[in-house]
Order: sequence, then structure tokens, then C-alpha cells
Amino acid sequence: MGLFDRHAGLLEAYRDVRTTGADPFQIRMERVLSPTEAIINGRKMLLVGTNNYFGLTFDPSCMEAAIEAIRAEGTGTTGSRIANGSYTEHVLLEQEIAEFYGKKHCMVFTTGYQANLGVISTLVGQGDHLLIDADSHASIYDACKMTQAEVVRFKHNDPSSLASRLRRLGDKPGNRLVILEGIYSMLGDSAPLREFIDVCKKYNAYVLVDEAHSLGALGETGRGLCEATGVLDDCHFIVGTFSKTLGAIGGYCVSDDPDFDILRVTVRSYMFTASLPPSIVASVRQALRVVKAKPELRKQLWDNVATLYDGLAAQGFKLGPEHGPVVGVHLPDRMTAIGFWRAMLDAGIYVNVAVPPATPNGVSLLRCSVCAVHTPEQLQHMIEVMTGIGRQLGVISGTPKLRVVGGSR
Amino acid sequence: MPAPRTGESLLRTAHQLIVEHDDIASTLELPRLASRVDVIREICRHLAPYQAGERPIGGATVIAKDLTIDSLAIMDMVMELEDSFDVSIPMNLVAEIHTVDQLADTILDLRAKR
Repeated sequence: MGLFDRHAGLLEAYRDVRTTGADPFQIRMERVLSPTEAIINGRKMLLVGTNNYFGLTFDPSCMEAAIEAIRAEGTGTTGSRIANGSYTEHVLLEQEIAEFYGKKHCMVFTTGYQANLGVISTLVGQGDHLLIDADSHASIYDACKMTQAEVVRFKHNDPSSLASRLRRLGDKPGNRLVILEGIYSMLGDSAPLREFIDVCKKYNAYVLVDEAHSLGALGETGRGLCEATGVLDDCHFIVGTFSKTLGAIGGYCVSDDPDFDILRVTVRSYMFTASLPPSIVASVRQALRVVKAKPELRKQLWDNVATLYDGLAAQGFKLGPEHGPVVGVHLPDRMTAIGFWRAMLDAGIYVNVAVPPATPNGVSLLRCSVCAVHTPEQLQHMIEVMTGIGRQLGVISGTPKLRVVGGSR
Repeated sequence: MPAPRTGESLLRTAHQLIVEHDDIASTLELPRLASRVDVIREICRHLAPYQAGERPIGGATVIAKDLTIDSLAIMDMVMELEDSFDVSIPMNLVAEIHTVDQLADTILDLRAKR
């Protein structure tokens, strides 16, 4: 048996995708022009699938901060913080994030994936109980494979499903850790966090919330769902990423636990990988200042979300359950999703396509992510294009609303 | 969801009560009648949509291999069975389960340990 034989099923599915003429998993951005435009296949494309929620990748102040940092401290740290030491800026970034959340401690990781992987797998061990939402991100599932704790899934966004699983644990020894996400990455829906917190309190469980997609987007000052639902003090651990709203790469975890820093010598994804380069740390610090200084970006983002979500809903598209910076468009099956995605690309719009097994409940989706600096015209154009393709493919009803000149409206 | 068939209504009612009124679930007299046959019948009901070919689904069916079900759908089915039989099956146990018989035995073992 060859090494790749066990991927035979996946290879076949992937071949199906590629023979349609474009490979959504190997798109090449020949040149990125702005947070909302890039050259792909020699053409200018509208980008509506980059998680660039505030459009800060091209913020002049963030770019300048990164360039200055490279001149001052070089391109990379060439080692881990445990082996090679921290730069002053790593420590300052951690202090600033801790301060932003009003928490005592912060640890910064080289990616958000590593933050979840390392923190979750280390917080619980043999004899403990890890409870995760069924729609959790891959980084959370991978943490489950690494931990010695017993892992149980509960139904997505269903506090009563969590409650029955905590109840069944009865008086078994061991800590309980519950993992939730602020905004889920495929359908853009938020957790009913207050209800979850009530359940966790009742059963004495620790709570970790991943705010990867909600940092900046939710809460009065952009701290995420924990802030928006008023439960910051009840969340024992908050994880997030620098790669979306903050426009760079990296991850973090904040907590008030007095012994939190022991994770620096126990979390392997922190200890055994190179630390963030100075340019990234500098642009992230500046991006965090921009998030604090420009709350109008949050309003712009949600205005744009409303434009896209309501516009698509009005045309009859089946969408995720609520407004969110991620707008997931349900399509009937994998091949329709691939075909729709490619037709969008042909029409000059780049979105993501998400098909099983990467999606919850085996759904096939076009995954759009909205940016605060998308113009209303760009989004209106996108709705028109999607409506045309949707009718062509029979995904939405094909009766255009014809109006007769002088007729009644 | 298909309409409940005769003989399953008791189970189904208890299941709904657990989901909607979790606080009182522990005081309910859950169906103790969950025999091995009942458990296997319930598993087969969940697996029916994934039957491949004419071969009937039974105790010896290898879930991930003999059927068209993917790993995510298996985990979702396990979640439903957990609520039907009021047990939690840790993911590391699920990884060791291959056949319908093994899944049924795991559920019965966990129920016995409650």
C-alpha cells in the first residue's frame, strides 16, 4: 500500500474540483492592490474572502511601523523566546493586549492556530474533561487529539446540550474546560455566550472563548463577543488572532489566572517554534491602536455586512442564521458550490468556497468575508453578480422583477 | 426527522425532555429497557441513510468502511445517540469503535457505569 493510498477518496474529490477549470485551493494572487482588490489570472478582482475585516493590511501607519521595525531590529528573531529570549516589543505587545482586555496576563504565539492548539491541549490533562462545540475550528479539534483529557462534543450553539454533558459527568473528578467561539468561521454566527456562561457557572467549568473572527468586530471597544455580552470577567481564557482584523499574523491568549505564566514552559507550540518577527509585532501594536482610535471602522463593517447580507437575502439566497462579518451562502451540493465559485471568479469576484468535510453538517458554502473598506458600490455589484449566477444555476428563483414603464410599482 | 415508529415513542419522548428541560432530566425515570437490541435498532436507524448497496446494516457492519458515512457525520450521530441513551462517549473511545456491535456495547457499558 502506497503512502498516499489512504487519501484516495479525497484525491478523487479534489480531481472533481480541479477538472472544472480552476482550483479554489491554489488560487494565486499575482498582485494584491489593496484590502479589497488583487490581480488574479491577469485580471483585477474584487476580494470578498480575505478575513480582512478592518482593511488594516494597507493601513499606512501599520505599514510604516513594520518597515521601521525591520530597519531597527532586522527581519526575524531566528528562534523561540524560550531559547533565544524575547524582544522588548514582544513583552510590550503582551502588556498592551492584556491591558486592552483588562486581564492580568497575556501570551503571544506565532499563529492563532498554535495559540489554540497549545493552550487548549495543555490546560487540561489526564483525568480532566474538555467539552467543545461541534462546529469548532480545526485548531481546537487538533488540540483535542493532543490532550490526555476526555473530549466530548456538544451541539453547536446549544447551551442545553452542553448542560446535559456536564450533568452526566456528575461528581467525577477532574477539571471541566468548555471551548466556545465568538463568531464561527463558516456561517458567521455567534455563540449565545451568556447562556453558556450560566451553564458553566452552574457546573463549575472553566471557559475559553476564541475571538478570532470577533476581535474588533464585536463589543463597544472591539474586544469581541465577551465584551458584547458583558461576560469578560466570566471568561477564564480568551484566545484570538492577529491575522484577521489586525491584518498580520500571530495569536494570543489572555487570562487573570495567577499561575498563567507556567504555560510559557509547558505549551510546546510556544516553546518550540520561532517567535514573531519584529515587523509583525510592530504592525500589530499599531493596528491595535487603530482599532482603539477608530471605532467608526466597526460601524462601517456592520453597515457593509447589512448591505451584503440583506441584499443577498432579498434575492432569495439561503444564508447563515444572522448578520456577521462572515456571510455564508448555502448551496445545494459540492459541485454547485464549485461551479458558483468559478463563475464568480470569471465575473471578477473572489470569495471562498467551503465544502465537506471542512464544513458543519456536510453543507456546501460560498464563504464571503466583509471588509470595513468595501464600498457600497462594490457590494451592490457583488449582489447583482451573485443574483445573476444564482438564477443561472437555479439556486434562486429565476423570475426577475420586471417593471413596466408607467405601470404601478 | 422521520416519524417515530411504534415502540420508539417512549425513547423519543425522554430524549426530547432531556434536551428541553435538562434541569429535570436527572429526576426522570429514563427507559431502563434499553436492551442491546434497542440500542442496535437505534444505531441502525441513524445509519440507514448511509447504506451502500443491498447489504443490510447489522451488528457486524463496519461503520466507516461498509457505509457512505463520513467521519463528521459519525461524530454527529454519536452526539444524537448520547442524548437518546443519556451517556457521553468521549472522542477517544469513538476512535476505537469500528462496528455497530462495538458502538452498542460501548453505550451499554457507559450506561451500566452511571
